[in-house]
Amino acid sequence: MHTGLDKNFFELFGLPESFDVDLSRLAILYRDLQAQLHPDRHAAAAEAQRRLSVQMTAQVNEAYQTLKDPLRRARYILQLQGIEDSETDTRMDPEFLMEQMALRETLESAREDKEPVARLDELTAEVDRARNQRLQQLRVALAADDETALRQALTLTRELQFLEKLVVEIEQLEDELLP
Amino acid sequence: MALLQISEPGQSSAPHEHRLAVGIDLGTTNSLVATVRSGSAETLPDAAGAHLLPSVVQYHSDRPPTVGAEALAAVRTDPSNTIVSVKRLMGRGLEDVHHLGTGLPYDFVTGESGMPRIRTIAGDRSPVEVSSEILRTLKERAEESLGGELTGAVITVPAYFDDAQRQATKDAARLAGLHVFRLLNEPTAAAVAYGLDQRPEGVYAVYDLGGGTFDISLLRLHRGVFEVLATGGDSALGGDDMDHAIADWMMQQAGIEPDDDRSLIRRLLHEARHAKEALTDVDEVGVSVDGPGGKTWSGTLSLEQLNTLIDPLVDRTLAPCKRVLRDARIKPAEIDGVVLVGGSTRVRRVRERVAAYFGSEPLANIDPDRVVAIGAALQADVLAGNKPDSEMLLLDVNPLSLGIEIMGGMTEKIIPRNSTIPVAKAQDFTTYKDGQTALAVHVVQGEREMVDACRSLARFELRGIPPMAAGAARIRVTFQVDADGLLSVSAREQISGVEAHIEVKPSYGLSDGEIERMLRDSIDHAREDMDARSLREQQVEADRLQEGVRAALEADGDALLSADERAAILAALEELGRARQGADTGAIKTAIAATDRATRDFAARRMDAGMKQALAGHRPEDFLPGDQD
Repeated sequence: MHTGLDKNFFELFGLPESFDVDLSRLAILYRDLQAQLHPDRHAAAAEAQRRLSVQMTAQVNEAYQTLKDPLRRARYILQLQGIEDSETDTRMDPEFLMEQMALRETLESAREDKEPVARLDELTAEVDRARNQRLQQLRVALAADDETALRQALTLTRELQFLEKLVVEIEQLEDELLP
Repeated sequence: MALLQISEPGQSSAPHEHRLAVGIDLGTTNSLVATVRSGSAETLPDAAGAHLLPSVVQYHSDRPPTVGAEALAAVRTDPSNTIVSVKRLMGRGLEDVHHLGTGLPYDFVTGESGMPRIRTIAGDRSPVEVSSEILRTLKERAEESLGGELTGAVITVPAYFDDAQRQATKDAARLAGLHVFRLLNEPTAAAVAYGLDQRPEGVYAVYDLGGGTFDISLLRLHRGVFEVLATGGDSALGGDDMDHAIADWMMQQAGIEPDDDRSLIRRLLHEARHAKEALTDVDEVGVSVDGPGGKTWSGTLSLEQLNTLIDPLVDRTLAPCKRVLRDARIKPAEIDGVVLVGGSTRVRRVRERVAAYFGSEPLANIDPDRVVAIGAALQADVLAGNKPDSEMLLLDVNPLSLGIEIMGGMTEKIIPRNSTIPVAKAQDFTTYKDGQTALAVHVVQGEREMVDACRSLARFELRGIPPMAAGAARIRVTFQVDADGLLSVSAREQISGVEAHIEVKPSYGLSDGEIERMLRDSIDHAREDMDARSLREQQVEADRLQEGVRAALEADGDALLSADERAAILAALEELGRARQGADTGAIKTAIAATDRATRDFAARRMDAGMKQALAGHRPEDFLPGDQD
């Protein structure tokens, strides 16, 4: 049976398997797929079709969420290449860890700062720079398509995950500081 | 290459009769039913001309329950058999009910599942059964007024309703003999009534102030996707509090000492409500009350005085507004529109303050009592297939994260909140003992890290796992949330391919056995025959299926099926038609299942063709920049 259920996320959207995704195009395709597949479009159809519609819409939703987000997209591409993040191998570059510790210290000290919101804005800018730099490196590594480059891409995704967690913590502190 | 012509799936290309479909606002205080007639949505009145049906059910020892105004009149004389505000009890456990329960005059007993029952003179009744009486009344009203059987209904629920509360609502509809097209979030329905789904994008606030509850929801519309960004409110704040504030002022003015004279308080509240309503049109109104000792006090309530009295209450609604804006990281000025819902938003001061807070004049030209039912009716019309050209597509999100209990009473999130539904996520489990053949899973809903701080949804056991060494089995459990926000679970052992048996035990829901028994009970009341009812249900299902398959064949049969495949489907349809003519419920059921099997491949191909069409139907200019996410 040839349904969308066994397609990978790129195939589902008819897009090439690449880190470069045109987000505006992705959004339009998503809408159009929903317009065809959503259970509301099959409310009067036979049971088999309604069941399939729920499964496929769920699949399209998952695919959209994955492809839309650069980090999730990168991890998905690596997974398709057979490179999985294993929980046992958690080695990180010592330099990166030092940088992380410094950023975290800044976050902690912002709480006691005279102008905490301004400090947090600076920190956010710094984290953004670090993220953008790694996203660029990720694009290059994923385009190279050899084992070493893909391993390097995996490391970059781990570092990006650290940075995203930091962004969440900055936002939480901002919430606390707001009146 | 020739392009295939494919019609909208699920919709017949042939003209067909108008199907009767309704939208139902199943409210805490009042309920309404609406439908689309000659292109416009309207609520349907009862024989006496009343549109609002008070959500009150009174049980009797010798006759079927009464619902609505008649039951409302009995609240004081027969409190323990007259159930009000049953919506607050839906999908709740006994503990929650006791928590809510200050002043609830009912005797609660536990059923075979966690759902509490109310002891009435007609026997123990669950909240689901009480709600089904309200739905049945609305269904009968609609069928009488529209002159035919309903194809289906869209029923609205609060955006924050969890899985158990949604399931309870759906069970109530089933008991009432209503086919539910979709459960729709109330704020989304209100937005649809105003046609906001037609606009390209925007952020909207839905401010819903009823008699006793206040809800505020922020919605983001983005390319036809309605996302609930945040919801908040106060479950004990509404127009009734305004009446009390006015009544207190009148007592003070009249020099009446507050005491326990129930009848005096009732008269005062009645007069207060009357004055409040009058002040939506005039700037002052005469008020009078017969005090103790036959003394009559008369005075004047000015709009200004009213405003002073209710300002503290309006302030209490603005606090949750601030909170949801902050949760969603949105500033009041970024709101593109405010929709008013609920009778209490007729009060002029409420409108002024809301307009001032959000910085824009609220949308209020649709009756705020009816706006939710009207939006639901508009969607029901589309889902019934009456508007084949409609592009309306409402994508909702799940309001709460879904997770499972892991070691140490912690939760692990499987489906995060605000995921567009339907959504499915797979999670792999393994065994921790040699030869283990079963696994217990506890599903919870909520944002907190500890299980105890979340709502328990269901517990189930995976059984039939082939015995293996500890940690060797790979059991993939798939959690699926459908378009109504309801959860289903399936599991498969990956190595052996064994499908594990799952028994989902809803923590606060009804078991299938209980629903079956309730169906029987409700039928006793309606003096209907159970067998006749299930026969009718299967016949309706058979009709729906035949129509759906015929429409699909007509649209895509030539393009997607070989002559043999087509013949096989036609044979199944013919068998179904034969069974449908007879009175053997089991035979119809079997024929339905056979037709379902026979059309499975065809359905998959249609879906595939639909996808191809979605991906192929674009010209390069559709993807011009400026449409960035």
